[in-house]
Amino acid sequence: MAASSRSVDLGTGLFVLLGFAALGFLTTQLPGSGLQLHHKAESYNVIAKFDNIGGLKVGAPVSMAGVDIGRVSAIKLDTQEYKAAVTLTIEKTYSHIPDDSDAAIETSGLLGANYVGINAGGSDKFLTAGGQLQFTQSAMVLENLINKFFANSAGKQQGGDK
Amino acid sequence: MRTAARFSLSLGIVKLGAVTRFLLRVLGQTLPSLRDPRLTVEQIYNAGARSLVIIMLCGLFVGMVLGLQAYDLLARFGSESALGVAAALGLLRELGPVLTALLFAGRAGTALASEIGLMGATDQLTAMEMMAVDPVRYVVAPRFIGGFIAMPLLTAIFDCVGIYGTQLIGVAMMRIPAGTFWSQTVNAVALRDINEGFIKSIVFGVACSLVAVYEGYNSEPTAEGVGLATTRTVVTSAVLILFLDYILTAMFL
Repeated sequence: MAASSRSVDLGTGLFVLLGFAALGFLTTQLPGSGLQLHHKAESYNVIAKFDNIGGLKVGAPVSMAGVDIGRVSAIKLDTQEYKAAVTLTIEKTYSHIPDDSDAAIETSGLLGANYVGINAGGSDKFLTAGGQLQFTQSAMVLENLINKFFANSAGKQQGGDK
Repeated sequence: MRTAARFSLSLGIVKLGAVTRFLLRVLGQTLPSLRDPRLTVEQIYNAGARSLVIIMLCGLFVGMVLGLQAYDLLARFGSESALGVAAALGLLRELGPVLTALLFAGRAGTALASEIGLMGATDQLTAMEMMAVDPVRYVVAPRFIGGFIAMPLLTAIFDCVGIYGTQLIGVAMMRIPAGTFWSQTVNAVALRDINEGFIKSIVFGVACSLVAVYEGYNSEPTAEGVGLATTRTVVTSAVLILFLDYILTAMFL
């Protein structure tokens, strides 16, 4: 009985531990606050400042010509320029990015998530850790476009009436 | 015909009253029975640890099926990257608690009912009463608490394995970037969704365990009676789970 009750204790202990580990994962890792599931590959940080980042979120991919080369690791508001300072963590393998490249916030599909796309420039100098992408293009906010479109067409109609 | 209907209705009400009385009796005995925690630990092992394999296996397959189905649907709108969100919310809020509870009723509930029923059929419960030992305190309450504790933990494990299964389909098979998959999921899931699943699993845990111990304890002391009690446990639990799920979902939305 002693041996079997020990194994019951062990089984119960393992089960309860596993259950609480699962609960812990669900409550801490899954909702919003920081996700460190993937071990970090060798990488370096670059900053890009945007006028408007739209729906860009921390963790969004950074891609170049459609290939994922890193992730957005932090988004802050630069209170001096009133721009969004986005920190891009790019894998060390892709260290030959011209320093006059431009970063744009793009959307995958019509309803998809935002990501940062980098277009290579022509400079023969490369971005270094802590460097900044000078040329940026803000997110295209669909609602603003629609507003503009309607404002335009309303204006045209009025013009036509006269 | 009408008298029969009226008879069965009043029988149903009598049964509801009996179950409520039984629940109060078990609740009254929970604290005394916890004085010997070994009894409860053994039941957590029986109801929880031994259901682990089936729960994880089913969770994995449910997650993978959800991955395939949701991918097919989302691909039509070009928003495959929302796969993680769809699967995680579906699992956390509905599928996790409900499927875990249904599996629990089939795996652990039947075992509880037939075990207690057989104890009754072989006069073990009567023997306890003869020795002035309350069978509710030593047999029923530990099994009730064990099931009640095991359910939320099993549900959490089911959810995790299920989300892993979806990730397996979405990221490894359909080539959704892992960063997109996880960041979308993490952004969309709120603590509120997890609470919803957690509260559901607790309610289901109480309902399933109560049905199982009640049916077992009140089964006819014959081989046929024990078999019937086991069947009734599964049927009643399943209906109760889906009914309660509707009420809880309506409350949370």
